[in-house]
Amino acid sequence: MSTTATEVLPHTLTPHPVTGMYNGKFGLWLFLASEIMLFGALFSSYVLLRVHGAFPHHGEHSLSVKIGTINTMILITSSVTMVLAWAAFKLNEPGKGRMFLAATALLAIAFLVIKLTLEYQHKYHEGIRPDTSTFYAIYYCMTGLHGLHIVGGVIVIGYFLLPGFGMWKTNPEQYINRIECTGLYWHFVDLVWIFLFPVFYLL
Amino acid sequence: MSSDHGHHHEPGFIRKYLFSVDHKVIGVQYAVTSLVFLFIGFSLMMIMRWQLAYPSAPIPFIGGWLASAVQGVVDKTGTLLPEGYNALGAMHGTIMVFLGVVPLAVGGFGNYVMPLQIGAPDMAFPRLNMASYWVFLPGGIIMLASFFVPGGAANSGWTAYPPLSVTANVTGTNPFWNGQTMWLLGMIFLITSSLLGSVNFIVTIVHLRVKGLQLFRMPFFVWAQFVTAFLLLLAFPPLEAAGVMQLMDRVFDTSFFMPSGLVVSGQLQEYSGGGSPLLWQHLFWFLAHPEVYVLILPAIGIVGEVIANNTRKPLWGYRVLVYSIIFLGFMSFVVWAHHMFLTGMGTTLSTFFQTTTMIISVPSVVILTAFLLSLYGAAIRFTVPMLFAIAFLPMFAIGGLTGLPLGLSASDIHLHDTYYVIGHFHYVVAPGTIMALFAGIYYWFPKVTGRKMNDFLGKLHFWPTLIFMNAVFMPMFFVGLQGVSRRLWDQTSYVTGNETHNWVKMSSWGAWMLGLSQLPFIINFFYSAFAGKKVAANPWAATTLEWAAPSPPPHGNFPEVPVVYRGPYEYSVPGSRQDYSPQHVPDAKLA
Amino acid sequence: MASSAEEVKRSIKTYMFVFGALAVLTVVTVAAASLKIGVAAGIALALLIASVKGTLVASYFMHLIHERTVLYWILGLCAVFFVAMILLPVMQTSETAHLMDPIYQATGETPPTHAPSPAHVAPAAGAHGGH
Repeated sequence: MSTTATEVLPHTLTPHPVTGMYNGKFGLWLFLASEIMLFGALFSSYVLLRVHGAFPHHGEHSLSVKIGTINTMILITSSVTMVLAWAAFKLNEPGKGRMFLAATALLAIAFLVIKLTLEYQHKYHEGIRPDTSTFYAIYYCMTGLHGLHIVGGVIVIGYFLLPGFGMWKTNPEQYINRIECTGLYWHFVDLVWIFLFPVFYLL
Repeated sequence: MSSDHGHHHEPGFIRKYLFSVDHKVIGVQYAVTSLVFLFIGFSLMMIMRWQLAYPSAPIPFIGGWLASAVQGVVDKTGTLLPEGYNALGAMHGTIMVFLGVVPLAVGGFGNYVMPLQIGAPDMAFPRLNMASYWVFLPGGIIMLASFFVPGGAANSGWTAYPPLSVTANVTGTNPFWNGQTMWLLGMIFLITSSLLGSVNFIVTIVHLRVKGLQLFRMPFFVWAQFVTAFLLLLAFPPLEAAGVMQLMDRVFDTSFFMPSGLVVSGQLQEYSGGGSPLLWQHLFWFLAHPEVYVLILPAIGIVGEVIANNTRKPLWGYRVLVYSIIFLGFMSFVVWAHHMFLTGMGTTLSTFFQTTTMIISVPSVVILTAFLLSLYGAAIRFTVPMLFAIAFLPMFAIGGLTGLPLGLSASDIHLHDTYYVIGHFHYVVAPGTIMALFAGIYYWFPKVTGRKMNDFLGKLHFWPTLIFMNAVFMPMFFVGLQGVSRRLWDQTSYVTGNETHNWVKMSSWGAWMLGLSQLPFIINFFYSAFAGKKVAANPWAATTLEWAAPSPPPHGNFPEVPVVYRGPYEYSVPGSRQDYSPQHVPDAKLA
Repeated sequence: MASSAEEVKRSIKTYMFVFGALAVLTVVTVAAASLKIGVAAGIALALLIASVKGTLVASYFMHLIHERTVLYWILGLCAVFFVAMILLPVMQTSETAHLMDPIYQATGETPPTHAPSPAHVAPAAGAHGGH
């Protein structure tokens, strides 16, 4: 197996013949599989609580579809900028890559700000809190957990944008792999929202 | 790992022993920590057994100390209180399962042995491995600390069923620092640690095997760890989600699990209601059933290794064993609601889960049969590890067979939540898994320390342990069949509890004798680590790769990267001079 | 995984196309929610559109379409358990729930089996649960 850089542990950089992936990518996909089960459990809870009959009738909840749609578009755009960042680094254009990384982080922060101020804060002022009904309980729980995942993603992107950028100079191949893995995580977070949005805002 | 990490200067004490990224150091950390937790969890049970045998009698020797050290467990005479009994019971289960057995079986044995058995220099993600341990430890400490907060430790069972678990320990206490909330926080740490570990295990096993080590040449122990890692990866997250929801119910008064119209202590609860206690049970058991297979699979792996080595024959039906363990792992995800037959979830679900539960008993029987057939016709070496491994077989058989009436919903009506259940699962975990883990400790101790454990002390440990394990748990079947409930502080306040009380006393005395029987092991463990007989790399004349490394292996494990030429259990190959053909020795060089 | 520079350049076009599709489908999702097709069909349609969007993200942004079958098997396994976890608990039926119904207790008549309207309708003012 040829290696492009010295690997202490096999397949840190070179893809493995069976999986076709390097270690980090395979590991991240496995992590995403567990995240599917995490959010799946919460969706399962939503289904059971709703079938149980204790939700307010559709249309009685006051989630703003307009804000939800805007946030959806923001997150989808951030997904594109993330993959374009990876592509830029692959094409040896670190300047563009960093620009796209920064755009991703800023869009993510915009998503969080809108959610925290226009949605959560607004609801709290109306007196709608997690203990108001099981619908709002699962809404706050799922969107909150999703939001925490976004915060985590922003931290990681920020790391590779600033203090971690040194790896681009010492080991560009590994840096690109790390960006790819960050992208996988980011797209997954976007994917969860793609399902959260219709379930909570539209159905 | 940075790519220019060729050789390194000798790290200081903290980097070498505390915050090491070496899988062997981390494995020993997990093993030592989990043995301490096992001791603590067992001690809790020894206290509980006093109350069960001699209800309302003050606990001897330590009753006074308990009264002053911990609130709410014993009264001022040193007698166990009902709430204290419940707290000890909930924490005994939690500690044994999540802080004892799994960290030892997976974090300890898996971490140490698996990379060696596949010829790898370390795990795929060494720093993640270190992080796993250092997330596990705070989780354990939070759990233990919960004994010392007002209201005491969690006391709603290791199963933490709401509404009890949501309303417990809440009145008059701090909303955050109380037993059940700390239990939930501790679980979140433990689940995260487990998750990080399982990713590491899977990538390591798939990617880091040396040349020639195809999947069907892997030692059975590695297969067991592989399936276990998938179980941990996919089954734990729903409990994490459920734990977050229960935390929200406790701290933010949500109603995920709180039904409408709940009355607690005569007061109507003012939750929004509409929640479902059954939701918690579904999510909890979705993890907890695969979790019990996490408890048994590494043990089965260890038993396979020890049997092959000490029969000097290949394991019977290696392929069948591998397919069975994969099928077992898969099925373990779709049997969970056999723990919920009596919840009123309805006959549709009961029928489905009863069927899958019956199906899952098949691969277990296949595995047990293959192990028994492996013994047939062998010139058995009755080493200490082999004694424990052979004893595992009938013990696991009893545990497994007694599970069948529990898995059939009709008979479960009579047996659910009785001592029969406790007898069943303890047979699998205690004379089952824990004895297999002892086998593993005696077997791999020479690899880890370069010294053998003392044989006489080993046998002095084995025989009383086997006898007293049965003394503790066999009576529970009789007690349970008579209808005595589990989790009762005073069984004798019921007629059937009175009638079966002698069995209960036998279990208690058996437990205390079992505790004493561990003394030879503890002495042996520490003595041999420093002054045991020194041995070379392969004292058991074994074939698998870990025995090709020095004892103990250096950082990086193998001076030369091994290549594998044959299967894992090539013992007594016809025509060869030695009775074992190690995996890494080419044909031409076989002695 | 695309490795050469030309392949990456071509992928960029794909990414922009997928972005466009996702934007359009988001608008479609919102529009579809106001169709009068009944609750069950509405749920099915919304989940269908979301699945299409999700597949696009997974296949192209996450490069799943270029990965090997090993990964598909692992994700497939995960999907099986995911589906089991979502579908099975809801199949709860209760042959005995009617025993607690006040109408049954008063009259001995078994009430209809569909779920009654919720006992608690969420009040607008915050309802803090008591301890």
